[in-house]
Amino acid sequence: MAEIRFEKVKKRFKDVMVIRELTLTINSGEFFVFVGPSGCGKSTILNMIAGLESATEGNIYFDSTMVNDLSPKERDVAMVFQSYALYPHMTVFENMAFPLRMQKTSREIIGKEVERVASILGLKELLHRRPKELSGGQRQRVALGRAIIRQPKVFLMDEPLSNLDARLRVEMRSELKMLHQELKITTIYVTHDQAEAMSLADRMAVLSKGEIQQCGAPTDIYLKPANIFVAGFIGSPPMSFFRCAVKKHQPLEIDINGFIILPSVEAIPEGDGVVAGIRPEDITVADQRLERDIEDTVSIEFIEPVGAFSWADVIWGGAKVRGILDFKGKGPEIGENAIIRVPKDKVILFDPDSGRRL
Amino acid sequence: MRAKENGYGFIIPSLVLLSLVTIYPLIYVFYLSLYRRLLIFDLSRFVGFENYLFLFRDDRFWNALKNTAYFTVMSVSLELLLGLFMAILLNRTFRFKGMMRAIILIPWAIPTVVSAKMWEWMYNTDFGVLNYILGMKINWLGSPFWAMNAAIFMDVWKTTPFVAILLMAGLQVIPQEIYHAARVDGAGSFAIFRKITLPLLKPVILVVLLFRTLDAFRVFDAIYVLTGGGPANTTETLSIYAYKVLFQTLQFGYGSALSVVIFLCIGSISIFYIRLLSKGIKQ
Amino acid sequence: MNSRFKTQYSKSKVVGLYLLLVMTILYCAGPLLWQFITSLKPDTEVIRMPPLLPQDATLDHYVSIFEGHPFLRIILNSAVVASLTTLLSLIIGSLAAFGLAKLDIKYKALILGFVLSVSMFPPIATVSPLYIIIRSLGLRDTWWALILTYTTFSLPLSIWILTNFFREVPDEIYRAARVDGCSPFQTFYKIMLPLAAPGIVTTAILVFIFSWNEFLFALTFTSTPASRTIPVGIALFPGLHEIPWGDIAAASLVVTIPLIILVFVFQRRIIEGLTAGAVKG
Repeated sequence: MAEIRFEKVKKRFKDVMVIRELTLTINSGEFFVFVGPSGCGKSTILNMIAGLESATEGNIYFDSTMVNDLSPKERDVAMVFQSYALYPHMTVFENMAFPLRMQKTSREIIGKEVERVASILGLKELLHRRPKELSGGQRQRVALGRAIIRQPKVFLMDEPLSNLDARLRVEMRSELKMLHQELKITTIYVTHDQAEAMSLADRMAVLSKGEIQQCGAPTDIYLKPANIFVAGFIGSPPMSFFRCAVKKHQPLEIDINGFIILPSVEAIPEGDGVVAGIRPEDITVADQRLERDIEDTVSIEFIEPVGAFSWADVIWGGAKVRGILDFKGKGPEIGENAIIRVPKDKVILFDPDSGRRL
Repeated sequence: MRAKENGYGFIIPSLVLLSLVTIYPLIYVFYLSLYRRLLIFDLSRFVGFENYLFLFRDDRFWNALKNTAYFTVMSVSLELLLGLFMAILLNRTFRFKGMMRAIILIPWAIPTVVSAKMWEWMYNTDFGVLNYILGMKINWLGSPFWAMNAAIFMDVWKTTPFVAILLMAGLQVIPQEIYHAARVDGAGSFAIFRKITLPLLKPVILVVLLFRTLDAFRVFDAIYVLTGGGPANTTETLSIYAYKVLFQTLQFGYGSALSVVIFLCIGSISIFYIRLLSKGIKQ
Repeated sequence: MNSRFKTQYSKSKVVGLYLLLVMTILYCAGPLLWQFITSLKPDTEVIRMPPLLPQDATLDHYVSIFEGHPFLRIILNSAVVASLTTLLSLIIGSLAAFGLAKLDIKYKALILGFVLSVSMFPPIATVSPLYIIIRSLGLRDTWWALILTYTTFSLPLSIWILTNFFREVPDEIYRAARVDGCSPFQTFYKIMLPLAAPGIVTTAILVFIFSWNEFLFALTFTSTPASRTIPVGIALFPGLHEIPWGDIAAASLVVTIPLIILVFVFQRRIIEGLTAGAVKG
């Protein structure tokens, strides 16, 4: 177990700043997730922790030791790759035994350890097969086995579930979480799937273009996104945004599509405009008025049933907005009119220039 | 993603060997060409560019250059045509493909010297099987007219398979659907060949041309054994001439000058083709 | 009526195809076959006209090439030189290919270009200085003169083929091995080399054939049968008054048979190696 600390770490590749200044502490035993769209630099950060890439500037510490110049072997990290990277010419047994062989462990101990890990992961019958004979899920577990057999200081996982089909992915998510609770090893996980990040992380960092946009517990990030990017990236379906005019600054009055609200904010906007964001989960598309909150007449463009409920797409304020369908009577048809209901207290305001939350 | 570890240690042995055995001798040969040097007697005198001036007035050099050019052009054209024909023929999927490919590799696998001896025997004026089949008494290797062409034909025989194999690989990359689409569009076999097969083969053809032109220009083994450069220097190519100057007359200075000029010729041809190739890639 | 016409058309096409195939086989294997037939004829029949199949087929030539001249020694020389060259070329070449394919090297493209350009050198250009160097090192007429030269000139081929094979191994496997505790060199021989095994086989065959067949350097650097290789041995085949065509034919067959076997067994690999880069490159 180790605490990992980044101190003003930068990474430049040719002329591109892949990682702008990064200062961050990952607590010992934590399940920490880096999440962001492709190209945001999350895999680079992982490779820097592993020692596969070196930082252009800044220091990386494991506990109190500076590891900048240490090789991957010396850092005692284990890694699971997106493509699993199993050695094709070795059996499952040999793949899992390999890290221990590199540590010159005795053959007896290797045998015992491989058996132990194989039972944990349900791989006992597959020990003599080659990777090409295994299914995707089985390969993934062998990759996991190869990582946990060493009991390293840190686990690194680079989008390990991306290549699995949807159902397996969800299954493996809970297995990974349970494994982490048992082994209690600091785990650093990288993904582009925000739902995955939300479900797995103790704490997470949202990255965009090499910079951390926000770092914290999943619920905090969901409820209090630091800026428009985080608000739009976290949560599915994504948040809807509207440009609004500031009617009065003190006390703050905002005109959102013709409705005046008095929101509570942590910072007063400077200019005359703000960006308002509302999550689809908070919006209702109903057939009755309740005469509270913001309510407006809209026409239904599209309905998407997801089983327990349905999403309804409507046009409001010139933008396509999605909300939860709540019709008491029979379900509506496309083109019908409906009432869109927006709770005033769920509106989040952002500065239009910097994107920061107010 | 490139690994962060550097690979210099891994390439140093290669670079050292290559520099010692190729770069250093190249510099040395240029240095040698500036001297008049007779090997056995170890006589050596600096003469600057005199050797090169002599070279430009050396009829035998120009003759060798002419022979080499003729050999190269004829050889490469014939190989390309025959090789293309063979490649198209063998590209049709059918039962004996593996065996056929092995068989056409035979001429390529035989050492050039051995095949030269083989053909020398077949070309034999009195007892050769070729004259018997043709019912003639042509002095293939002894007549100034026939000798070069006989050598060319032997070289073509030996290297056509190599060309065919490369062209076949190029043909296989062309998806079948393109041919189907062309047929549906109403194109006949010959039109398909001209408008589809050939253009798509162009990059491979260029690569083949590059290698074969260089190889033909450097020819030595085949001619040395088959004709030794005769009769009357009609088959003497640049490499043969340089070799004779070096190791028969032992003039290491002039021989080195010839070597340098040959190197420059090859260099120009390479650069020309590589330019052509990179233009082709950019398209 | 239409279908009958169609089958007729394709049948004659098929016949034509097979005819061309037979012609191609004759074209490729004919000369060798003729040499084989010649080698079986006793001396008197060799120069008999018309040249036909032997009436008193004999293996005398195959025996006589070993008596009287050191043909066995010459074959041994070729075998040793070709084997050592192949070994060295593989070792040095695979190291370089690994570095070029997977590791960080400045001016990589330049280095590859340089390596490739060496394959375009005319051997005649380096013969004179190399001759002087080898003579002064006392390596004239030894195996090592040839081994060093051949290894160097075969490096472009080795490096080219092996770099392509190493490139095909996914980068993540290299990284996994590093994380599992391997140094770059350990990654090279424990993981990369086994995975590039087909490329190694291809390279070995092509380098071996190249060494076996090389003539110019062998001619220049060797002077006696102590180190003379097969191509020189055949070119300078001793004959007192007339050229011993029967013996030469037998010698030709003897040195060609191993190559033919190699070709038939490994034709797929050979073709892979020859076309690597020509089509992808």
